[in-house]
Amino acid sequence: MPKDGGIGASTKRREDVRFLTGNGRYTDDINLRGQAYVFFLRSDVAHGKLTSVDTSAAEGMDGVVRIFTGKDFEGVGGMPCGWQVTDKHGQPMQEPGHPVLAQGKVRHVGEPIAAVVAETLGQARDAAEAIVVDIEELPAVINMKDAVKDGAPKVHEELTSNLCYDWGFVEENKEAVNKAFEDAAHVTTLELVNNRLVANPMEPRVAVGDYSRSDGEHTLYTTSQNPHVIRLLMGAFVLGIPEHKLRVVAPDVGGGFGTKIFHYQEEAFCTFAAKACNRPVKWTSSRSEAFMSDAHGRDHVTKIELALDGDNNFTAIRTDTYANMGAYLSTFAPSVPTWLHGTLMAGNYKTPLIYVNVKAVFTNTVPVDAYRGAGRPEATFQLERLVDKAAHELGVDPIKLRRQNFITEFPYATPVAVEYDTGDYVATMDKLEEMADIAGFAARRKESEAKGRLRGFGVNCYIEACGIAPSNLVGQLGARAGLYESATVRVNATGGLVVMTGSHSHGQGHETAFPQVIAEMIGIDASMIEIVHGDTARTPMGMGTYGSRSIAVGGSAMVRATEKIIAKAKKIAGHILEASEGDIELKDGMFSVAGTDKSLAWGDVTLAAYVPHNYPLEDLEPGLEETAFYDPSNFTYPSGAYACEVELDPETGQVTIERFSAADDFGNIINPMIVTGQVHGGLAQGIGQALMENCAYDSDGQLLSASYMDYAMPRASDLPFYDVDHSCQTPCTHNPLGVKGCGEAGAIGSPPAVVNAVLDAMRSGGKDVAHIDMPVTPSRVWAAMQG
Amino acid sequence: MTQVKMTVNGKTASGDVEGRTLLAQFLRDDQGLTGTHIGCDTSQCGACVVHVNGQAVKACTMLAIEADGATVDTIEGQANADGSLNVIQQAFQDHHGLQCGFCTPGMVMSAAALLKDNPKPTEAEVRHYLDGNICRCTGYHNIVKAIMAASGQDVSAIAAE
Repeated sequence: MPKDGGIGASTKRREDVRFLTGNGRYTDDINLRGQAYVFFLRSDVAHGKLTSVDTSAAEGMDGVVRIFTGKDFEGVGGMPCGWQVTDKHGQPMQEPGHPVLAQGKVRHVGEPIAAVVAETLGQARDAAEAIVVDIEELPAVINMKDAVKDGAPKVHEELTSNLCYDWGFVEENKEAVNKAFEDAAHVTTLELVNNRLVANPMEPRVAVGDYSRSDGEHTLYTTSQNPHVIRLLMGAFVLGIPEHKLRVVAPDVGGGFGTKIFHYQEEAFCTFAAKACNRPVKWTSSRSEAFMSDAHGRDHVTKIELALDGDNNFTAIRTDTYANMGAYLSTFAPSVPTWLHGTLMAGNYKTPLIYVNVKAVFTNTVPVDAYRGAGRPEATFQLERLVDKAAHELGVDPIKLRRQNFITEFPYATPVAVEYDTGDYVATMDKLEEMADIAGFAARRKESEAKGRLRGFGVNCYIEACGIAPSNLVGQLGARAGLYESATVRVNATGGLVVMTGSHSHGQGHETAFPQVIAEMIGIDASMIEIVHGDTARTPMGMGTYGSRSIAVGGSAMVRATEKIIAKAKKIAGHILEASEGDIELKDGMFSVAGTDKSLAWGDVTLAAYVPHNYPLEDLEPGLEETAFYDPSNFTYPSGAYACEVELDPETGQVTIERFSAADDFGNIINPMIVTGQVHGGLAQGIGQALMENCAYDSDGQLLSASYMDYAMPRASDLPFYDVDHSCQTPCTHNPLGVKGCGEAGAIGSPPAVVNAVLDAMRSGGKDVAHIDMPVTPSRVWAAMQG
Repeated sequence: MTQVKMTVNGKTASGDVEGRTLLAQFLRDDQGLTGTHIGCDTSQCGACVVHVNGQAVKACTMLAIEADGATVDTIEGQANADGSLNVIQQAFQDHHGLQCGFCTPGMVMSAAALLKDNPKPTEAEVRHYLDGNICRCTGYHNIVKAIMAASGQDVSAIAAE
């Protein structure tokens, strides 16, 4: 039984108290003296030439401080892209400019054209209505395959076409893969859509810019998952402000799910305008604005093929994917369909040959970037739908076909450039079969049928690469930044300590889980440890939280810094106890000399570090504060097996989730309660994608799903209680805690199981449908049942 | 501008508001009660739920002037007199019914209204009642469980949090 507050304990979250009493401090709760408000006038057409922006009627309106247009940003940098993909011919991707405010053209509905700064938000909005914008509309390109046809209207005139890149992976394997298909005993082919989604953290984005004339320092308060990344991108590439004059603070952040990784125009605007107006400038996104300005997710159209030999062994996979980039390249957009997707195409299976082709396409839509899972859900959905289809075509049990092709020996080098260090796919599948009560399914199906419903069962496996990422490797793959993490551990004189981490918590519970690690290492109470994050002025340069990296990378940095602390503390203890430091042991917060009864409390040593009266000053500096930067040597590879049971009403097409079981392998676990909660949330998002959510554009580029009236967010009544297990644990071999990360698994692993279950239900009703696209809405199911 | 006066969490609160000022804006901007959150602009998400004269109300759906003279309770007034968490708040912590915390004030206020009318709700009743409260983090499992636990029901048979 783990000690409460130590590693492995379901310690209750300390941050909950402030959130439950209304004392959270979110960015929109920050109001600065003299603050003005900005309202962005956004394009209501998808594509057009901006012929004039007349602000004259608006300028004199009540409360207007200043109105900005693209002209004010002519000499200012554009929004940078953090990842450069090289195409299959060795050429860099096409990379268009991305202005803060539109320059001469608008390229998607929601693109900011002008910004009104006024005394109140109401006055800013009123004045924005008086701005006269003249746009000469151009034909919009929305469908990706149309966008890459010859003669298609170009989103960016300066580019050769709407193709951002045509990526082949691994290009050298292409001929061998094609040969394997020629030699195959069976080939299964599937065309599918991975539907476009909007991340929808419940807290909309907010930015508050501030500027101090006394010392020339800019401060930006923003809803970010990675304030240091924003400081670097905005300071160095957009506004030309050096880091020592720019502070970025991301306080309590109300969910991120990827879409708060990226650097957005509104952040740069508020920082710029605070200086220009000489007063703080605040922007709070409305939800409607969020739908057309937060980066979207997914949006792939894929053809995938699987070759099998006569014994049903997988021999090759070939894919052809179109990935929507939207109108501009968001911060990490190019990496999502390539390095976070292509490298995952082996999944849990020992397929020897794989070739992935991805065409990234510009369209007149909101930019698309990472959303919970980012590339890995797209890979998993293709693969796990494909394997299920193959099993059905071959008349074999889908679980048996999976088991037969599982990777069983580790480390395992895939044909798509990554090496899985550990995993046990048989164990998670065994666990899943037990949890899902497969034996009882036939009886449950009968019960459903007695009510006039169809019942279906679907499974899938998943593998993900997270703990992002080895800097050397991602640098070779086009990342323009390192992806290490940092931590400073500052021990106070009386023994309490503060960890300043580059990781950022926006719901993950770092303030509770991180101290559990240090409490275990030193043997002190977790309440003596405080976590500081989200402020570039207080934390070392770190890369933030995404890609399920906080505990695997940020936690590792914290462990390394704490190891340095313990090593130094042992030296101090050795001096005071007149023993060799090699003989000093630290247990339960006490230093002792091995084989003697001499001991010293943690607090005595920390005090000695700051009151060095009896201290080895000639050998050791006073103080007890250490920093570590941890760069992982590999990704981590969580894996698992999921099962979904649905009920389908053939009269209406309505699908309900009756059971959902998830068996995950996350390696070692710090706080099981938090891990389970992360899986629950991921499952809800994955089930939401499978059954309900869809970001829809019409052919003119109008966003049809721009509010919660139109975009189907999963509600409590749409979801079941989940059965989640993470007792299968194969620890990561290359980080000090043996942890793998758990934040994205639920969203990655769940959509195929849902769709597989729906198709199984339809088959049980006599409708053998090869595929149905997400979201599997009642109308789609009903139509398929009638078809 | 119109003067409004109401009782918020047992204290008199007054201010000058525009006709278009929402109750949610009055609470946040005039009264500094930033626990009431605004997560959408179509009255769907429920992050702004408060109690007006004992009824659960989305504070983004009511004008401040409509609440003139009313008794308003917000998340800031929910803890016990000694500052400790009340039964619902404690159940949310015990069962990990929150992650980012943004929807939480609305969830707690809705749960309080539910349990007032229906002291022992079934799982289906809890899920149905929360139709107007969206959470993106928890997948609702632990929220439903916490509310059932706060009502005094045994939730040990529901899969672990």
